Amino acid sequence: MTLNPMITLKIDGVQISVPEGTTILKAAKDNGILIPTLCDLEGLTPYGGCRLCLVEVTGSPKLFPACITPASPGMEVTTNSDRLKDYRRTAVQMLMAERVHICAVCVANDHCELQALANQLGVDHVALERNFTREQIDSSHDFLVIDRNRCILCTRCIRICDQIEGVHTLDLKLRSKNTEVIMDLDESWGNSCSCTSCRKCAKVCPVGAIYIEGEPITQTKNRDVAEFITARRNRK
Amino acid sequence: MLKAFEDAVKEFGVENICKVARTGCIGTCSVGPAVLVDPGDYLYQCVTLENAREIVQKHIVLGEPVKRILYNNEGYFQKQQRLVLRNAGKIDPTRIQDYISVGGYFALAKCLATMTPQGVVDEITNSGLRGRGGAGFPVGQKWSLVARAHNTPKYIVANLDEGDPGVFANRTLAEADPHAIIEGMLIAGYAIGAQKGYIYIRSEYPLAIQTLQKAIAQAKDMNLLGDNILETQHKFDLELRFGAGAFVAGEETAILVSVEGRRAQPRPRPPYPANQGLWTKPTLIQNVESLANAPLIVLNGWAWFKSFGLPNCTGTKCFSLTGEINNPGLIEVPMGITLREIVYDIGGGISNGKKFKSVLVGGPSGGCLPEPLLEAPIDYDSLKKVGAIMGSGGIVVLNENSCMVDTARYFTDFCIEESCGKCTPCRAGLARVKEIFDRITTGEGELNDIDILEKASEYISNASLCGLGQTAPNPILTTLRYFREEYLEHIVDKKCRAGVCFKNEKAEE
Amino acid sequence: MATSDNRRIRLEKVLKEHNYQESALLEILHSAQEIYGYLDRNLLMDIAGSLNLPPSHVYGVTTFYSFFKMRKPGEHIVTACLGTACYVKGVEQIIAAIEKEFNLKRGGSTADGKLSLLFTRCIGACAMAPAIIIDDQVIGKATKEIVISKIKNTLGGIKDETV
Repeated sequence: MTLNPMITLKIDGVQISVPEGTTILKAAKDNGILIPTLCDLEGLTPYGGCRLCLVEVTGSPKLFPACITPASPGMEVTTNSDRLKDYRRTAVQMLMAERVHICAVCVANDHCELQALANQLGVDHVALERNFTREQIDSSHDFLVIDRNRCILCTRCIRICDQIEGVHTLDLKLRSKNTEVIMDLDESWGNSCSCTSCRKCAKVCPVGAIYIEGEPITQTKNRDVAEFITARRNRK
Repeated sequence: MLKAFEDAVKEFGVENICKVARTGCIGTCSVGPAVLVDPGDYLYQCVTLENAREIVQKHIVLGEPVKRILYNNEGYFQKQQRLVLRNAGKIDPTRIQDYISVGGYFALAKCLATMTPQGVVDEITNSGLRGRGGAGFPVGQKWSLVARAHNTPKYIVANLDEGDPGVFANRTLAEADPHAIIEGMLIAGYAIGAQKGYIYIRSEYPLAIQTLQKAIAQAKDMNLLGDNILETQHKFDLELRFGAGAFVAGEETAILVSVEGRRAQPRPRPPYPANQGLWTKPTLIQNVESLANAPLIVLNGWAWFKSFGLPNCTGTKCFSLTGEINNPGLIEVPMGITLREIVYDIGGGISNGKKFKSVLVGGPSGGCLPEPLLEAPIDYDSLKKVGAIMGSGGIVVLNENSCMVDTARYFTDFCIEESCGKCTPCRAGLARVKEIFDRITTGEGELNDIDILEKASEYISNASLCGLGQTAPNPILTTLRYFREEYLEHIVDKKCRAGVCFKNEKAEE
Repeated sequence: MATSDNRRIRLEKVLKEHNYQESALLEILHSAQEIYGYLDRNLLMDIAGSLNLPPSHVYGVTTFYSFFKMRKPGEHIVTACLGTACYVKGVEQIIAAIEKEFNLKRGGSTADGKLSLLFTRCIGACAMAPAIIIDDQVIGKATKEIVISKIKNTLGGIKDETV
């Protein structure tokens, strides 16, 4: 692998040097600045869907998703303005209102990225009308369970299934607010012919939508798995 | 109808001076079927089978137009400026010879014989032509970006996924003058160094598909498509790709994944399609109306083109004029014309003697403008200033029977259904906004709702991934800006002045 | 699916024309729907296998685009245009009248499978709004009465060419 030349930019006033081609998100993270995100996961291709990592770049009226936008020389990035914080609170509220997010009865309580973000941003209530979906929980698989009422459609599970495990059991069906994660031809999970039961989807789910029955959530979650496997593969 | 005329022509023995020909849409759809008699551009409206004989007898044989059924609306054509639609209604779209006889493919020949690719790009750049798909990005600049990209092969995708409800300009163009699109693509292909093009067309347009298929086959037969075009080294191949009922597929990055056979979900830019488009190769994505302008510019020169429209917004734009108006139809007007001229002079004013209320410019994510803004000139920047967009050129006129709150709700509903579901603001946000509208229009609105609507709309415009989400709140923001009192009436007085809302929806279902 | 099935032979021809390329999925779904009338699960599984695509991908694409139908449609199909111009001109009232008259729900079919009521987003006949399509015939400037009587004629097998 050839090393890209280093470039210098400013994030929140801090001068930072990173190899060319690094995303703003990664550049910030490697220098101790955490930009919130729910769909991005190191080791998987970026998706740009959750819109939590939007940042401001001096000189442009537009907002940029940090997970996809490459850092460029001389760029001045703001990750934490009042407007961005406000937008992130709105995004979290919209996600919370979209489906059923009741932390106290969620398997991922205390280990949920959405909940953590809400805490961190100080979202103490949801100003929007909450929509309580009534999707059937699919527990037909031996141990993997999907509760679509908790899904935030980040597609981490779909990407890890395709890009790391390589089977592409999971995908999305329909569109707009009807979008759902499916297995094969919208099969129940127990009937899926392609699923290898590798559990990676459960490990990376940011919320409590995919989990392993009877297993403590702390044991299941391993959000570094994609980065770890990708790094191992690249060594060869 | 065609047969009725042919029979009548035979009956009166005037075959030698009168030719009956089919043609594409003339643009006056509301008074169809329409028949055009040349010379003199006599247009007959609502022609019936019985009229056919009369028209041939009186007009052709005796030279006296049948005034009773003539289209009596001079304003309709006077204020128009037909460049892109120059051949609509004048030539038989199924005959390539007709297109060639009016100067078709001459521009291509001129490019190949006398111009360098860079010369073509410069010509387009100097003309000031801006993308007609809605965003108004300078066409020449786009071409030069793709021309300069190093990777090969390069592709062209012509966007004919006219998904905006209330818009049919591209369909008419394809049905009336398909070769203008093909020639435009050939010229673009030469200029940017692409040898393969796709026309992405909605499957809801069967006649346009047929017409284009025929036109492509004819162009292939005449060696205008394929290898060694016009006996030069230039190659270009063209295929149709069919949409399948997804509005969002007209978005620049979504159209690419759709052509690749995947879910039409947009992706963030950069990387821009000019560098990484179809199969990660440099790709030019251009609306067919922009492409159809290219032959004209090449043939007549950029200076000629600049004589139309405004200095910073040159040329013409096709609009689909519909709604509660006397003369709905497809029109083409110079940039800078005012909305009032379109609604009253061309459109003939509001139908059934009703009062004007609002005009929606730019399709489902356009803006609802009130009466005072009818003086606004039509160009990309002026429209943006008042909260509307050029979009794909939809103009819908509403009268006093339309409720503006309900109208905003309808468009929000459209955008919700057509959202791809990828990003949070557009998927989760719009759906919550719709719930607020449902409350307001059923009498359960609260004053606080207006604040929430405004805040959510601002967030959705600024944070959404693609143009669909970014413009979806436009109808909400413009109705709140120009028709706020109607919202207040709904919330405070539980009253809908148009009598549209507060119906018991449950009973209807 | 029996390979002797004539329709399967036609589908195979289409697959071959497209060189079994993944990127032709939309074109192939279009052709398959034309050949079979709708796209059921077996058919989708078949297409997925032929193009070497994951079934979930094929299902995801099929359901993303509203033009593709996964349920058998009725013998006759009424399609209402939901475009802006048609909405402004009151297509909703016509839809409600059809639902009531023939006792079916939007998007569904009558119990006897004779009639389906479907929707489309703008067929571009806006100047003729509201537009209703009965099978392949477009009715412009439609009213409740005209549409219902036309549907009745269609169901009764009466050919009606006037618009």
